[in-house]
Amino acid sequence: MSGTSNSVVLKAVRVTAAQGESGFMASAFTPRALAVAFALFASLLLAGEAWAQLSSNGERLGILATLWKWMPLILFGPPREFGGFTLNILVSFLAMAIGTVTGLLLGLGLISRITPVRSVAWAITQFFRNSPWLVLLFFVMLLTPFQLRLGGLTIPLPGWFKATVGLALPIMANVAEIVRGAVNSIPTGQWESAESLAFSRLQTLWRIILPQCVKRMIPPWMNWYAILTMATPLISIVGVNDAMTLTQDALAAEQRTELLMPMYAMLLLFFFVYCYPIARWTIRLERKYAVRI
Amino acid sequence: MTSAWTPDQPIVGIRDVHKSFGPIEVLKGVSLDVRKGEVVCIIGPSGSGKSTLLRCINALVPIDQGSIKVEGQEVHDAALDKLELRKKVGMVFQSYNLFPHKTALENVMMAPIHVLKRPKAEVEAQARRLIRKVRLEGKEDAYPGELSGGQQQRVAIARSLAMNPDIMLFDEVTAALDPETVKEVLVTIRELAEEGMTCMLVTHEMGFAREVGDHIYFTDRGIIVEHGPPATFFNNASDPRTRAFLSQIL
Repeated sequence: MSGTSNSVVLKAVRVTAAQGESGFMASAFTPRALAVAFALFASLLLAGEAWAQLSSNGERLGILATLWKWMPLILFGPPREFGGFTLNILVSFLAMAIGTVTGLLLGLGLISRITPVRSVAWAITQFFRNSPWLVLLFFVMLLTPFQLRLGGLTIPLPGWFKATVGLALPIMANVAEIVRGAVNSIPTGQWESAESLAFSRLQTLWRIILPQCVKRMIPPWMNWYAILTMATPLISIVGVNDAMTLTQDALAAEQRTELLMPMYAMLLLFFFVYCYPIARWTIRLERKYAVRI
Repeated sequence: MTSAWTPDQPIVGIRDVHKSFGPIEVLKGVSLDVRKGEVVCIIGPSGSGKSTLLRCINALVPIDQGSIKVEGQEVHDAALDKLELRKKVGMVFQSYNLFPHKTALENVMMAPIHVLKRPKAEVEAQARRLIRKVRLEGKEDAYPGELSGGQQQRVAIARSLAMNPDIMLFDEVTAALDPETVKEVLVTIRELAEEGMTCMLVTHEMGFAREVGDHIYFTDRGIIVEHGPPATFFNNASDPRTRAFLSQIL
């Protein structure tokens, strides 16, 4: 048994290794990965179905039909409202964008030559890197008002946006660390030769050091994006209509215990289908860039 | 203080320079003069402070004590514009340090465009000329990773020359090269010397130092032990340390 599964693994590795630069999407979902995902999903489904058969009174929809019924809601939210899995993705995009921009600035603070700037940046980075995300989320939700007044202008701050900011904070701190690590990994000879050509420190950083860092930063950055996406269901706890909240709502409406596992399995599958290719792609880029250094 | 310098005075004047890294004193009172158009070679065992001395001249490394004047300007004056100094002093390193994300031509063009703010077309014409001068025509669009060590080092020389420096510092530029490629780099430096460029070389190539150098300095443990024109230096070294070193090398 273990012999066969090993050979399957080897084969899968060879298949991925043999694939060229193109056709990434095809290679992201290797037959093995898909098989594992669907076997998991199917077994949960079957377990639910068997349970349903045993306790059925014959008038309810089958498990698959029920999942199918709720799927649009969980993926896209209630009609004429924004929510569901799409909201999770939107929140992940926005949090990543905010976290990246602020993280780049914070990262530059970490390598600043001005000691107070460096110390403050270091403190901020350490604080947000070592705080539980859920606690940060509550913190931001409770700390920020529901609207902002700028002069005569009132800007509402919806819950999902506040949650996004809450998730962006740890991303910011981790991106800052990625920037610092990448800058420090560039050989000092690059700084020396730029200096001796009369480049200023800022010019050196902008034109010589940072462009070389981009390649090194992309794989860890993508890794954090995948982690962030998988953490977005946390926002359900602070009352946002994300996929997690809606799954729970659907379960509450159905009141059928045999649906518990299949419903959550479906939700897991959504995240898997979205995050797995990112993980594969990250590994691929890591390998590609590792050779050149 | 600034405009007093005339070409008949030393272009580089070093007086009693001391430099320590932590508890280790690398330079223990070094003095030397370089005149315009002169080629000065600094030789000596590893760790004798040769490279540090070169780095002090373009203020890559600060000194603890003493004075270094380039064209009459004190290098380690806090008020000095280091960038202005470095426009006059080119430096080539042992490990080439080309910018790996830029082509050979872009490496040569970057500093004149971004630092000197010269027009791109003019800089490109000069860069192509310099690439030809170091015998690398056809390699303009190659990335450093695609070039051999000797070729990379010649691009590095062209990159420094593009700033039109008055002085060139060469820090063991052939030490990382294999014997065949050493020659192609040395040919380039010899041509520069013949054109009258002021050069300071830290080198282990004794034959080259003897042939191209106008003046040889031998350093050991942070001081200049002996110096003189190559003929005298190599044939009639008086200090036992110099003789011991030369007998090992030659």
